Amino acid sequence: MSLFEYAPAPESRSIVDIRPSYGLFLDGEFTAGTGTPRKTVNPATEEVLAEVATGSDEDVDRAVRAARRAFVKTWGPMRPADRGKYLFRIARLLQERAREFAVLETLDNGKPIRESRDVDVPLAAAHFFYHAGWADKLEHAGLGPAPRPLGVAGQVIPWNFPLLMLAWKVAPALATGNTVVLKPAETTPLTALLFAEICQQADLPPGVVNIVTGAGDTGRAVISHPDVDKVAFTGSTEVGRSIARAVAGTDKRLSLELGGKAANIVFDDAPIDQAVEGIVRGIFFNQGHVCCAGSRLLVQESVHDDVVAALQRRIGTLRVGNPMDKNTDLGAINSPEQLARIRELTAFGETEGATCWQPAGDLPAKGYWFKPTVFTDVSPAHRIARDEVFGPVLSVLTFRTPDEAVAKANNTTYGLSAGIWSEKGSRILKIADQLRAGVVWANTFNEFDPTAPFGGYKQSGYGREGGRQGLAAYLEASK
Amino acid sequence: MTHVLDPDALTGGGSLTGPLPDPFADVTRSNDAFRAFLHGLPGVDQVGAQARVTQLGTRSIKTTAKTWAIDLAISMVDLTTLEGSDTPGKVRSLAAKARRPDPDDPTCPPVAAVCVYGDLAGVAKEALAGTGINVAAVATAFPSGRASRAVKLADVRDAVAGGADEIDMVIDRGAFLTGRYLDVFEEIVAVKEACGSAHLKVILETGELVTLDAVRRASWLAMLAGGDFIKTSTGKISPAATLPVCLVMLEAVRDFRAATGRQVGVKPAGGIRTTKDAVKHLVLINETVGADWLDPHWFRFGASSLLGDLLLQRQKLRTGHYSGPDHVSID
Repeated sequence: MSLFEYAPAPESRSIVDIRPSYGLFLDGEFTAGTGTPRKTVNPATEEVLAEVATGSDEDVDRAVRAARRAFVKTWGPMRPADRGKYLFRIARLLQERAREFAVLETLDNGKPIRESRDVDVPLAAAHFFYHAGWADKLEHAGLGPAPRPLGVAGQVIPWNFPLLMLAWKVAPALATGNTVVLKPAETTPLTALLFAEICQQADLPPGVVNIVTGAGDTGRAVISHPDVDKVAFTGSTEVGRSIARAVAGTDKRLSLELGGKAANIVFDDAPIDQAVEGIVRGIFFNQGHVCCAGSRLLVQESVHDDVVAALQRRIGTLRVGNPMDKNTDLGAINSPEQLARIRELTAFGETEGATCWQPAGDLPAKGYWFKPTVFTDVSPAHRIARDEVFGPVLSVLTFRTPDEAVAKANNTTYGLSAGIWSEKGSRILKIADQLRAGVVWANTFNEFDPTAPFGGYKQSGYGREGGRQGLAAYLEASK
Repeated sequence: MTHVLDPDALTGGGSLTGPLPDPFADVTRSNDAFRAFLHGLPGVDQVGAQARVTQLGTRSIKTTAKTWAIDLAISMVDLTTLEGSDTPGKVRSLAAKARRPDPDDPTCPPVAAVCVYGDLAGVAKEALAGTGINVAAVATAFPSGRASRAVKLADVRDAVAGGADEIDMVIDRGAFLTGRYLDVFEEIVAVKEACGSAHLKVILETGELVTLDAVRRASWLAMLAGGDFIKTSTGKISPAATLPVCLVMLEAVRDFRAATGRQVGVKPAGGIRTTKDAVKHLVLINETVGADWLDPHWFRFGASSLLGDLLLQRQKLRTGHYSGPDHVSID
C-alpha cells in the first residue's frame, strides 16, 4: 500500500449518448445493414455497449455507388478552397465534441481516458486541420502543377486507434478530392459512427464519406469492389498480404501500413531517466497496441543493469485498471482474441528461457487485462524478439558497439519505426541514417504529428501517411 | 518463470545495516577528479523532463486524496519572510500563523518551520518555543552569496547562536559556473561544520544554473558535501522552483540514497503559490522517489503565499464552498 493513494477520479460517461443499435452510414444517411448485426463490447467490463450493423456485399456496393456519385457530381468538381472549408469545419467539430469522442473511444477500445483525451482526439483534429490547409495548395505537393484525385477510396482501419486511424485515412483522401468508403474494425466501430454524425453536422455532401461496419468479409468486399480506385489499409501484416494479393492485377492503387517490431536503442551516453520514460512510452502507451511500439529494447551492455533496474522500478508505478479513471496509465486489452495472442507469445518467452518481470498487484476480475511485462535475457532468436506481440510486453536485448546496435535493430522482417537515445547529436544522425525504418525518433518515442510522414519498410508496408509525402497516396501526378 | 517485482521498491531503500563504505570518498581528491565525476553523471534531456512533469501534472487528485495532500502540504511549509523591511513584530505574527494556520480549525496541522533572516532567528525561536516548529535562517550572504568565506561562516554561526534549527545557505554560483567545483564543495563542508547540530539546506539557485545538467551536478555536489537538504532557490531570482528542476533533484536524491544509503531532503522554494502547484509536487514525489519523501522531514515547500491558498482549499473541502481571502489571516 502506498502512503499517497489517489482517490478514484472517473470521467463521467453521461456526456455520450450511446444508442442501443447503429446502422451503416451510406450516402449521408444512417440505414439498416443487411448482414447479421454484431455486438460491440467494453473490454474493461465486458458490458455490451451497442449492436452494430454488418455491411453485406450489397451494402458495400451501395456505399461505393454513393461515393462514386459524390465524386462525379459534388466533391470532385467542388472548388478546392470549399473542400478545405468542410475539412476545417469537421476539425472544429471534433474539437468541440472532444470529450464525447474521448469517452466513447475509451469505452469501446479500453484505452485510458488520459490517452484518448490527450492524444487520440487532439491528434485526429490536428490531422483534419493540417489537411484542410492542403486542399487548395495541391499544386505545391511536388506532384506537378495539377495533380488529380484518384476517385473512390476504400479504407480499412484497425482497432488500436479507431478515431485517429480514421482521421489519418479520411482527412488526406478528402483534402485531395477523393470520396471514401471506410470500414472500421469490428471491435471498435462506435467513434467512426459518431464521426458520421459530425459529417452530417458539418453538412458534408452525401456520399463523400460512407461508413460500412462489419468484420473481415465486409472489409474484403470494400477492397475488392471493382469500382474502388484506391485501397488503403492499416492492420496486421497477415491481412495486408492477402489484400495485396487481392488487389494485384487490378489498376487499384494500394497503400499498406502493417506491423512492426521496433528497436529502441539506448546508448551508454543517453539521458537515462528520460530514456526510461521513453521506453515506457514506447511499449506501454495504448497497452502496447501500437504498430510502431518500441517492443525491442536494445541497451548498451555498459548501462544494461542501470537501465533494467530503473525500468523495473518504473513499471511498478504504472497504474493499471479502470480506463475511465483519469489517473490510469494502462487500460484493458481490446479483445479476448488479442489477449490470447499476448498470452501465447509471452508463454513462448518463458519456455525459450527469457526472464519475465511483472509488477505485483491484482488485475480487475472482469474484462481483458494483461500486466506490463518486461523480458530480460532475451536473445534475437527468441520469438518474443521477432514476432509482433501487440501488447504491453517488452523484450530487452543488449549490444556492445554502434555497429552491433544497427545490425540487431535492422535484423527484423519489419521496418516501421525505431528510437535512438543518446546525448551525442552526431551519433544520432549517423545511426538514424543506417536504420531501415520509416520513422526514427531521437530522445523521444511514439510522438506523432500530422506534418511528419509515417509508414514502413519491408513487411511494415508501403506508402506514407501524413506530411506532404502522404498526399501522394491519394493523387495522380500531373506532368 | 515470472518474477513479481517488489511493490515497495520505490519506498524503503532496503535495510541498510551500519554505515556503508563511502563509494565516492575519492571523487573530491582534486578539482579535476571532481569535475570528471560530476560531468560523468548521466545527462538530462530537457524536453523529456518537461514532458514527464506535464504528464504527471494531469493526475487528478480528488476528495480523500486531496484532503490528505493538503494537510501534508501544510505540514511541509517553511513559512517564509525574507524582506529588508522585516521586523520582530512581523516575525512574531508569522510565528503565530505557523502554530495555528487556521485559527477557526484546531485540526489544521502546524507548518514545519518559519524561515527568516539570521538576525531575527532569536525572535522566531522565542515565539515558537515549545511548539516543535523549527526556526530556519538564511545565511552565507543570502541571497547572492557574494562575500568572503569568513563572513559567510560568521553569518552561519551567528544564526545558529540565535537559535536557528536549520540553516539555508546559498552556494557560490560564480565558482560553480566557472568549474571550480571543489571550492564550492569545500565551502559547503565548512558551513556544515559551522552548523553544528543545525540541519543544513543547500540552495542551488537553479534559476542561475539554468540547465538541468547543471542542476543534477550541483545536487550531487551538495549531497556529497554533507547537505541535509537540497533547495532550489532563494526566491529572489526568476525562475525559482519549477517542476522539471524539482524532478531532476528528486532523481538525484533517489540515486544518491541508492548509492550511499543516505537520504537527503528536497525543498523547492519560490513560485509555488497554489494548492494545485503543491499537489503536483506531491504527485511528483510519489511517482519519482516514493512515499519515503512524503514527510516534512524530507520535503519542504519554501513559500509565503502558498499557505493561504492551502487553507482556502482546506476550508472549501470541509464546508463545500469557497469562503474568500478574508477568511484566511494575513501575516
